[in-house]
This record gives sequence, C-alpha cells and structure tokens, in this order.
Amino acid sequence: MSTTRTGTLKGTGTVPATGPRTRSRTRLVALGRAELTLLWRNRTAMYTALLLPVGMVWATRSVVPTHDLREAGLTRNAQTMSGGIGVILLLVVYYNLVTAYVARREELVLKRLRTGEPSDLEILAGTALPAAAVALAQCTALIATGALLLDLPAPRRPELLVAGVLLGVLLLAALAAVSTVFTRSVEVAQLTTLPLFMVSLIGSGLFVPVELLPGWAHDLCRLLPVTPVTDLVRFGWLGGAGAGEILRTLGLAVAWTALAVFAVRRWFRWEPRR
Amino acid sequence: MDTYSGDTHEKVIDVAGLRRRYDGQFEAVRGVTFTVARGELFALLGTNGAGKTSTVEVLEGLARPSGGQVRVLGHDPYRERARVRPRMGVMLQEGGFPSDLTVAETARMWAGCTTGARPVGEALEMVGLGTRHKVRVKQLSGGERRRLDLSMALLGRPEVLFLDEPTTGLDAEGRHETQQLVRELRDRGTTVLLTTHYLEEAEGLADRLAIMRGGRIVATGTPAEVTAARPARIHFTLPEGVTPDRLPLSVPSAADGRRIEVRTERLQEDLLELLTWARDRDVQLLGLDARHASLEEAFMDIAKGDAR
Repeated sequence: MSTTRTGTLKGTGTVPATGPRTRSRTRLVALGRAELTLLWRNRTAMYTALLLPVGMVWATRSVVPTHDLREAGLTRNAQTMSGGIGVILLLVVYYNLVTAYVARREELVLKRLRTGEPSDLEILAGTALPAAAVALAQCTALIATGALLLDLPAPRRPELLVAGVLLGVLLLAALAAVSTVFTRSVEVAQLTTLPLFMVSLIGSGLFVPVELLPGWAHDLCRLLPVTPVTDLVRFGWLGGAGAGEILRTLGLAVAWTALAVFAVRRWFRWEPRR
Repeated sequence: MDTYSGDTHEKVIDVAGLRRRYDGQFEAVRGVTFTVARGELFALLGTNGAGKTSTVEVLEGLARPSGGQVRVLGHDPYRERARVRPRMGVMLQEGGFPSDLTVAETARMWAGCTTGARPVGEALEMVGLGTRHKVRVKQLSGGERRRLDLSMALLGRPEVLFLDEPTTGLDAEGRHETQQLVRELRDRGTTVLLTTHYLEEAEGLADRLAIMRGGRIVATGTPAEVTAARPARIHFTLPEGVTPDRLPLSVPSAADGRRIEVRTERLQEDLLELLTWARDRDVQLLGLDARHASLEEAFMDIAKGDAR
C-alpha cells in the first residue's frame, strides 16, 4: 500500500445519500461482532461468562437439602438444573451486561455510537448479543446434560421453557441497563449487582424452591423479578403446572420486563456524569 | 465528479433562538442564532464553558433543545435522527472507541453501521493510519486516536461534518495535516461546523465564525469582519534618554518603562505621525512592530470581556 499520509481524497465529493440505508440487521451484526471480540479479550468477563456458571451450578447441587426437596416433589438434580438456568441468566446476561454497558458508557462508546445510524435500541441490543448467545448456548447445554446424564426428563412443555429463557434474557438485559444508572464504574458493578443477585438466589428458586419458604415469604418471593422466569423454566421442563398458574406466571414475567424496559427508557444514561 | 448541484444558498444548518438547560438548572445555551450555507466552513469559538459543545450536541441530535428551533439538512436532528444521520459525520470532543479493539476492528464495526461506507483501508489511509490496522486503540497516541475519530466521521462521505475540537492533542504536523484534509473536504462541497481552541486555525479555515460567551453569540462574521472592529497595535521601545511624554501621538499610549504600546483605529495615520516624529528628532524606535488585530486579540477582547 502506498501511504502518503493524508492521501488523496477519493470520492470525497458530497454525494446526497441515495443508496439504500444500512439495515438494522447489518448494524446489529456489526455491533455484536465487535462486542464479541471485546468479550473474548476480557479475561474476567470470560471467566464470569464461561466458568463461574458451571461452578455455581455445581455448588448449588451440594447445598440443597434432599429431604426438603422431596416434600416439594423435586429431585436434587431437577432443582439444581432448573435453578441453574436462573444462575446462568444472572451471571452471563445480567452481571456481564452491567459491566459491558458501564464500560462502554465510561469510554464514551455509547455516546459516539449515538452519533451514528444505530438506534438506541440497536445499540443496547447489539451490545447484548454475545452475552445472550453465550447464555442460550449454556442453557441448551444444561438441558442436554440433565436429560442425557442426570436422568432428568426431556422438557415436558418445550414452548414454556423457551418462553421462560427468552423472557429471562430480555428481562435481565433490561435490568442490567437499569442497574447502570446507579453503577458509576466497572469496579462498583460487583457491588451494585449484588442485591438482585442475592435476592434472586434466595428468593427466586435458584437455590431452594420457593415452595419451601414459609407462607408469607413464599407469597412475597413469587413477586420478585426473576421468580416468574425460573417458574416458567420449571413448568416447561418438569411440567406439573395448571393453565391458570402458567398464565399468571407469564403475565408476571411480561409485566416485570415491561417495567424494566420503561425504566431503561426513562433513566438510562448514555454518557458519564461530569 | 459527484459534486452536489443543489442550491448553494441552501441553509444546511439553521439555528434559531436555541436554548439548552441541563436538568432544569444551569442554562448553558441562552438564545443562539446562526445559519451555515451549503459548502461553508463555520467555526464556533469561545472559552471553556462558553456553550460551544452544548450547542453542537443539539445539532448532532444527541440532545433535545429546551428552547428555539434547530434544522440540519431541513430536518429536526433529534426527532428525525434516522433521516439525518446517514448524511452527516460527527467527531466528538473526546474518544468513543473501545480501547481493546484494533483500529481495523473499530473501522469495520463503524462501517457496518454506516450507509455507503468507504472501504476501511481507504478511510484509514486518508488520515495517515494506513499502517496501524492491527494496533489496539489503547496503544494509539492521543493524536492517532483523534485521527481515527476523524476517519470514522468521514466514513460515510457525509454532506455535513461536525468537528468538535478535531486538532486538540495533535502535534504541529498532525494539526497541519488535519487542517489540510478539512480544507480539501470543504473545497469539495462538504459543509463543516468546527469548534476549536486554536484561533489561527479558525482564522485560516473558516469562511465565517461566531464567538460565544456565556451561552450567547457575542460576535459573528468572516474572520476579517470580526477582527476589523478591533484596534490595531503599534509596539516599540524608546532609546535611553527619550521619555514617553515626548511622544507626539494624539492616541493614548501605554508605557511599560520604555516599552510602548499604541492601540489605534487609524493605523496608517498614526504610524506616519510616529515615524515622521522619529525621523525629525533622530530617534531610533527599537523593535518597531505594527499590525492589525489578529483573531486571537479580537477573541481575547470579546470572549474574555466582562463575563455575563
């Protein structure tokens, strides 16, 4: 390549944009690809996304008391694996995206992208693509492992399982964007993601089935954001829920997602505070 | 070639009574009005905090004005983003690329989001980054990062270009090259809105300029017009034994020891009077220097004058 610094200006003439505009899909792929490269180069993020979920799921397995589970009509493996999907969503989608959004915001990447053609939604979605893909792959692997190695049934109602996982990805991506509002730097993300993480671990059936909690706590925990997602996953995988309960759970999951999306639109910051 | 054959008097940027208030409190822009015609290079000057960037961000469609009207290429840049964006290029005051991507990866990402993007290699070569494809953004020098930013702003062959301090952080050579590039773009019909701290840059590049202070435009016109209203200066040092009170000038002069500064709006007349006096009395005027006000001097007077 001949490199005259500041070479000639080929075709610099002002051309009114006549050609077709870039398509939404092209932009999403471009953003997602860049983000995947960044994920790949970030050791901490890779560790959180790939190894931590496996370790966590394994750890839960040894924590859950078997006799209690029998009362709730679950085996240890069934609880671990269905709760494991919640763990994956929290670590891979939620935690990972809080750090990714905050990092891009603080580096002014989000602001710079907003001067270009991608819409706000495309910027957030494109950034979320790799995390969502990794999470979906892990969920698939988890379900396959359960069915092939741990004597769990194949999903009874796959459509509910899929709905639960997809709504979960959407909800936790939106919650991640909301959490950036009170996360000033990547370092404090470990702290600001803790509340949702702990509350979900205990109250949304990741460790212990919600059914085993005392009455009032049970009623309260049903309303937590991640509970309907883990419920849907369990209904879809293990079956045993009536139509009314399914509808109620779906409604709650959609309501939480809508609320989170509203909060993003209302409070999300595209650039660092000065 | 593909020079746009439209109405050259078309207002590409049209700002009327623009106001911008932050979170219902500080008002950074307080009623700004100006237009930029197609193919024109317009510079916005002012000290830090004068409201330049706050103004430009509204034009770029990043923020909603809290008052007044803004049109870019005939559209509202905030509400009609999707229509305006493919035709404009933006370079923010600061950064905006992930530090762990390489130059080429950054350009590829940006190209995927840009209508009619030039080939990545060509875009990088334009700004002298042709040999830096595989370098991570975080390893680039400050100047190289600015040039990458400029290259991304030019990627879609924009009709309108917003450059917020494009040469800040560049060395003299880089600054010169960027200025040359901007001049070429302007010559080929690109409309440019530029903010800068370097006044000689504005003087050399801008067709017209405006100086902002406290959120308002306090002077506007061609560089010549803005400086014309300012007094010219004569500097010299008197030899020993000649005291300032023997000077003939009707214009007030300021003395600092034997060093004299005269500010005048009648440069030629006063200079003639001074030189005649010096010849008649055989006085040597040491380091004699007479000049029109530079944009820098005009700027100092206008922009730093009594604030608000």
